[in-house]
Amino acid sequence: MTDEPLLRVSALSKFYGSRVGCENVTFDLWPGEVLAVVGESGSGKTTLLNCLSTRLLPSSGTASYRVRDGQWRELYRMSEAERRFLMRTDWGFVHQNPADGLRMTVSAGANVGERLMAVGDRHYGKIRATAVDWLSRVEIDEDRIDDEPRAFSGGMRQRLQIARNLVTGPRLVFMDEPTGGLDVSVQARLLDLLRGLVTDLGLAAIVVTHDLAVARLLSQRMMVMKDGRVVESGLTDRVLDDPRAPYTQLLVSSILQV
Amino acid sequence: MTDIATYNFAYLDEQTKRMIRRAILKGIAIPGYQVPFASREMPMPYGWGTGGVQVTASIIGPDDVLKVIDQGADDTTNAVSIRAFFKKVANVAVTTETAKATIIQTRHRIPEQPLTAGQVLVFQVPIPEPLRFLEPRETETRKMHALEEYGLMHVKLYEDIARHGRIATTYAYPVKVEGRYVMDPSPTPKFDNPKMHRSPALQLFGAGREKRIYAVPPFTDVVSLDFEDHPFEVQTFDQPCALCGAENVYLDEVILDDHGGHMFVCSDTDHCEKRREEGHRGHLSPETMEPAE
Repeated sequence: MTDEPLLRVSALSKFYGSRVGCENVTFDLWPGEVLAVVGESGSGKTTLLNCLSTRLLPSSGTASYRVRDGQWRELYRMSEAERRFLMRTDWGFVHQNPADGLRMTVSAGANVGERLMAVGDRHYGKIRATAVDWLSRVEIDEDRIDDEPRAFSGGMRQRLQIARNLVTGPRLVFMDEPTGGLDVSVQARLLDLLRGLVTDLGLAAIVVTHDLAVARLLSQRMMVMKDGRVVESGLTDRVLDDPRAPYTQLLVSSILQV
Repeated sequence: MTDIATYNFAYLDEQTKRMIRRAILKGIAIPGYQVPFASREMPMPYGWGTGGVQVTASIIGPDDVLKVIDQGADDTTNAVSIRAFFKKVANVAVTTETAKATIIQTRHRIPEQPLTAGQVLVFQVPIPEPLRFLEPRETETRKMHALEEYGLMHVKLYEDIARHGRIATTYAYPVKVEGRYVMDPSPTPKFDNPKMHRSPALQLFGAGREKRIYAVPPFTDVVSLDFEDHPFEVQTFDQPCALCGAENVYLDEVILDDHGGHMFVCSDTDHCEKRREEGHRGHLSPETMEPAE
């Protein structure tokens, strides 16, 4: 980790009319750090994630990102072309529903290769070799490379979506409930895989989840949100083992014990 | 001339023609960019060349000589009808000879004979958006053109190679115009793509139903998209035209009987006739067949 953060968020708010999406969120994210944003549904987690990934424009506040050449760029002042370029090179976005993040009508190989072609790769053999490599890294058999994701199970689709996002070597990945809707054994393997990839590649990630176990496994730091505000933040282990805010205490004590 | 007086010259009213000319000028100024225009109802159904007819009507003058081809042929329904239409509403001279025409309206072919400066080729375009089947949202495709995000176009070619081992797209093969806009050359066979590159003729594209006009000005770079290890190639035929013996031209397969008999002939009828007049013969031309009878 370096001394400088990767992303600086300051007093970010998003209002839907008079309703609060998220309010006054401030934090820094360092390279290689995984930050979990937890809270119940409707607490503004996804609004925050969409604002950070510039899929939504916030009502007020700023977010700056340190691009590869070390310069700080203010996200909401960048041109759309620059933002979209950032989105497909330096960033990744893993949707809860893989169908939102994949092209369901083209093959798995093309799904992985799309970002490479978007940044100007024009050598079929190399693109295909990279796709094969990435499929194996996310534990998808090489002989499924020409199948459409429609023919894949939910867990495979999610892994394919992860491969598609990581192929350009992004530095920051946004994940919206990456394990939502998967059964527990598939979830466990996916989390294992994600944890391995994040450590190997030194990715920074912001993971939105309502599942505290996911947060515990993946993240070093976490923020707890309620009604659009951050009620508690700190190291994941500290927050989960020694929750201070009453709401966090409620959340932690609500985990089902098997 | 009384029957002509009931129409304005070339059917469309002058204001409409001005509107279309403005779109054409914008298209020429931004090669390959799809300019929206207020497409009019024409006395023919969509899909029969309403876009091409409107472009032709807007640029045609009394001195022009018009040629209309449909899949390369001058004598098919669409070509004959459009030719007759302009003869009636504009009273212009018509021809089937490529060299004599000043305006050539075409459906899905470019004539074999190289075009010259001063000629205008008007394409009838069914779907102007090359990204349509990859990204159905028009708002998104326009943004992709604006931001020059063309990675998706290569995804289609990638899929071709993954499925068929080569780029299997044979018509409507995407091209990049002047290093900027990716353009659908209308459903011409990819055989004709190289003819568009730095052509001395002006090439105009009209899509009536989709309400778009685009253009390739003379001497503009038109490069077919490909991969480094799978370069663009045109179709090749393993036999010459059965009537005129021409090689390196685009051929149509014609069924001769119900016993599997067939022949390959030039798709460009004018080119084929010209060659036969010059004495070229294929193995099935009537002149070569006669002695056998």
